[in-house]
Amino acid sequence: MDDYAFRATGLVKRFGKTTALDGIDLAAEPGTVLAVLGPNGAGKTTAVRVLATLLRPDDGTATVAGFDVVDQADEVRRRIGLTGQYASVDEDLTGAENLTLFGRLLDLRASEAKARAKRLLEQFELSDAAGRRVSTYSGGMRRRLDLAASLIARPGVVFLDEPTTGLDPGKREEVWQMIRSMTHDGGTVLLTTQYLEEADALADDITVIDHGRLIAHGTPPELKQVVGGQTVAVRPADARHLDQVATILSAATGRTPDTAARDVLTVPVDGDATFTAIVRRLEQEQIAVTELSLRLPSLDEVFFALTGRHTDGDHQQEAAA
Amino acid sequence: MTETLTTGRTGPEATSRRRPYPLARHSLALAGRSLTKVRRNPGLFMDALLLPVIFLLLFVYLFGGAVAGSTQEYLQYVFPGVLMMTAILAGMTSTGLTINLDIKKGVFDRFRSMPIGRSAPLIGSVLGDAIRYVVAVGTLFAFGYLLGFRVETDLPSALAAAGLAILFGFSISWINVLIGVLVKEETAVTTVAFLGIFPLAFGTNMVAPTETLPGWLQAWVDVNPVTHAVEATKGLLLGGADTAVADAVTATLLWSAAFVVVFVPLSVQVYRRRA
Repeated sequence: MDDYAFRATGLVKRFGKTTALDGIDLAAEPGTVLAVLGPNGAGKTTAVRVLATLLRPDDGTATVAGFDVVDQADEVRRRIGLTGQYASVDEDLTGAENLTLFGRLLDLRASEAKARAKRLLEQFELSDAAGRRVSTYSGGMRRRLDLAASLIARPGVVFLDEPTTGLDPGKREEVWQMIRSMTHDGGTVLLTTQYLEEADALADDITVIDHGRLIAHGTPPELKQVVGGQTVAVRPADARHLDQVATILSAATGRTPDTAARDVLTVPVDGDATFTAIVRRLEQEQIAVTELSLRLPSLDEVFFALTGRHTDGDHQQEAAA
Repeated sequence: MTETLTTGRTGPEATSRRRPYPLARHSLALAGRSLTKVRRNPGLFMDALLLPVIFLLLFVYLFGGAVAGSTQEYLQYVFPGVLMMTAILAGMTSTGLTINLDIKKGVFDRFRSMPIGRSAPLIGSVLGDAIRYVVAVGTLFAFGYLLGFRVETDLPSALAAAGLAILFGFSISWINVLIGVLVKEETAVTTVAFLGIFPLAFGTNMVAPTETLPGWLQAWVDVNPVTHAVEATKGLLLGGADTAVADAVTATLLWSAAFVVVFVPLSVQVYRRRA
């Protein structure tokens, strides 16, 4: 048994002529969250499917809790939970029926399966909807049930494949809250995402991949340092104030603001203090704004910083179902 | 979100024990899932109820007069064949399609990530659909009696005929399972199933005696396993030489076993490969 909750070394997976994974290394220590960040088609889903024993790698090895995903797949399956766009629940059953069924398949006694389902439904705030068919659930409820389903086995390792994709921002926060709670008890989480913001909010470590290759790996602060911290965006209510705002921004940051987008000025900032200074100046000069935000670089900006090119998004069908 | 005792490094040993007969238990749990869905949406059962009614009306009143000169006589002649055909077709519209949809929707991927036999989800679906055969065969007997069909042997033989038909339908439905895991598009599943099953279901001597058929069709009818199955139910329901009936029943049982032995591993293999 090694010290990693899961570890993949040199994973290669091809679908016909397409190379989905081209020698990927992934690892996480117990009790941590690893975020795998990449655009569509980067190989994130394929990597998760290999680790979750749904796909055999063409080359390389992977272990979960010290067990090989190919040779000891059943041992691995006893220790993992999986949630993704694909590993889903049965829409014709109720939330409670789904969780109870999964419990039975894990060899729990009927009473224990029911009790565990009930507890998870409470924990994920689905008790009121427990007796309703999943097809009537909202998107957020559905995700919460997916998360609950991956926890029935009390797994040591949970794989979450884009757990918040397609959710509106409020619901996303809600799901983040629940993901954070998953690691309180020593569980390890692998999370794939297209948003640096999400990786930053949840992960201890981030691995960036593209075209099946590893591009960067580090803690969120390390990665943000590489890609240039945060960006402030200002949109004055009156476009005639743009020049005035530009002056304020360059004075505060010492950089020339980017004017690529219409009526919005963006500029990288080094710390919160700079942002506060900008806000104060805008107030002093009584410039009304319709947008004033401090945000992390987008995935596209991360890629641009790391590779010198933009993401091309739609090159491969990642799931290759 | 006060309680967070959901994950842990203690691992699964603490809670889930390995118990005997895992495949049987998991398959039954998954069959229960299919039954719950049917119970919730009885409309899914309509075809299992209507199929036998339509077949009987169609064959007896449309062809009966022409083929046998009397609808009553023809009902006796054609009923065993309709019984076998009903059992075969009752699963055709359902089994392959539900499996295909389960794969597409990702429900099966969840099962595949769990420590259960690879064949359990497939067996579960087929077992869950077995209730359709029971309903269809029950309806057929009830409606047949209403129209005037009478068993010429005894109750145990009639029950054996019903059981044999259900068993044969169950075995042959593994062809549908294979189609369900093989075909990518759900709309194509039923079409392919029809093309595969129809020559089997209709290429028999159930409608008219073999001698009346053209030579090439006679050749097919003679090798078609469904012909043996129809002979067997005919013997069990209407009587016949004991050895002939026993032979037909044996042949039907052997064919059922053959379908299971060939198509179960094949389906599981394809399902396992289908990423």
